[in-house]
Amino acid sequence: MERAAVVRADNKDKGGNMLKPYLVAAVLLATAGAANAQNTQQEIERYRQMIADGNPAELYEAKGEGIWKQKRGPKQVSLEQCDLGLGAGVVKGVYAQLPRYFKDADRVMDLETRLVHCMVSLQGISEADAKRNPFSTADRTSDMESLVSFVTAESKGVKMNVSLSHQKEREMYQLGEKMFYFRGGPYDFSCATCHGEDAKRIRLQDLPNLTNAKDAQRAYTTWPAYRVSQSTVRTFQWRLFDCFRQQRFPALEFTSDASVALTTFLAKNANGGTLAAPALKR
Amino acid sequence: MNIQRRQALKSGGGMAVMAVAIVAGLIRPQDALAADWNGPAFAAKTVADTVKAMGGASAADSKAIQITAPDIAENGMVVPISVSSSLANTQSIAILVEKNPSTLSASFDIPDGTDPFVQTRVKMGQSSNVYAVVKADGKYYSAVKEIKVTLGGCGG
Amino acid sequence: MADPMKIRAAMLGDKVEVKVLMSHIMETGQRKDAKGASIPAHFIQNVTAVHNGKTVLSAQWGPAVSTNPFLSFRFKGGKAGEKVAITWTDNKGDKRTDEATISA
Repeated sequence: MERAAVVRADNKDKGGNMLKPYLVAAVLLATAGAANAQNTQQEIERYRQMIADGNPAELYEAKGEGIWKQKRGPKQVSLEQCDLGLGAGVVKGVYAQLPRYFKDADRVMDLETRLVHCMVSLQGISEADAKRNPFSTADRTSDMESLVSFVTAESKGVKMNVSLSHQKEREMYQLGEKMFYFRGGPYDFSCATCHGEDAKRIRLQDLPNLTNAKDAQRAYTTWPAYRVSQSTVRTFQWRLFDCFRQQRFPALEFTSDASVALTTFLAKNANGGTLAAPALKR
Repeated sequence: MNIQRRQALKSGGGMAVMAVAIVAGLIRPQDALAADWNGPAFAAKTVADTVKAMGGASAADSKAIQITAPDIAENGMVVPISVSSSLANTQSIAILVEKNPSTLSASFDIPDGTDPFVQTRVKMGQSSNVYAVVKADGKYYSAVKEIKVTLGGCGG
Repeated sequence: MADPMKIRAAMLGDKVEVKVLMSHIMETGQRKDAKGASIPAHFIQNVTAVHNGKTVLSAQWGPAVSTNPFLSFRFKGGKAGEKVAITWTDNKGDKRTDEATISA
């Protein structure tokens, strides 16, 4: 443990007065604490680098590709004709321009919402069935996590470029912005409570300031991610769902307008950031 | 081979002796049938007992064994550990987490021509000493590194 | 049938460097489900890596190896274009073998 030498060697303060011994000790402890916290951060960064190679998300990407190509549902058709925004069957680069307005649904959709749409319209699967298992549990893996991993990986290295050219896209962005600052729940939290200022953290987890462009880019472009603590890939719909849970808000409904609005706000704010997903997080 | 199974077979009783051992709870049925899985070693609860179950009397501390791992693991579910041995004729490398419910995490046999090096990820239930136990030239050696485990806060 | 592994094998100087990601729950047997019953242990017990008929690594694992295990090792004597096969077997008798071609 290193101690920064901020106390003068003669133990006098700037006015030349003798510093009391316990004040000296307190200053030494405080700086030792600060140095320690920084050491901890460096070690955690080292931990993250050491697990970076060999991301289990790759297993999900491979599985997702298989699901994408598999004939499923009453119509026994694969998802390969699904239009994710850049034309039927085009997967490369789509994640960087989602959420976006889709004319055939007359709705702004994020990736998961659009995948559900394709499962229903192309494969004949009921909407209830398509939405039944969005997030893996201990008993059941979610196909959606694998599909999202596959599609997102095809946008690796692409810069975020969400467009607000359509009226409904603009409306969703504005709604998402309102939601970001809306205080509610038993703790009167808003997203901004944790993500609206620099240098905030919860225990040892640094929190990105999502009102700051650089943080917003870094945060959004690293989802979805294989979450070590969850032993599975978690998607952006899950990320928002879990934030709501932690704020003690009512449950965020999967692929709801509310979830798409918040995603539109955060994704557009990340424009210019380079996608690095699926990433690997604790 | 499972030590107890080998001893049971050697004593001439064969299947009858193994049956008794299974009934006595010394070997679980699935372990007795598993090819080459050292059940007793994976059940041992201390470093010393694990080394004994692996076939060594004790393991001498050695600076020729290098453990590369973070000082702090952000999440105990995945702790990256690599072990490198420069001991001549390294035959096997084992990774032990002292405070885990069972100390032995993994054991690797290193044939000729393979680098005495392994890299993997283990679960740690809590902050603990992590030992690398190396068998070289029939003798056992070890090195130790302390790894702190912390749960990062919510989010991220 | 278990999900396939992701194997990368590449020449590193005169050695072959192998990196494997296996798809396996590696359940420890310590966890309890919602009703309080123990979730039974389910984990890879044995791993072997074979090149040109020769075992280049063999391992015994316990449930403390992380979920979706990662493994890396290096061996001499392999050349680009040759194959490395990895096999795992778990405590329920499930088994999986996958192959990769060594890249230059």
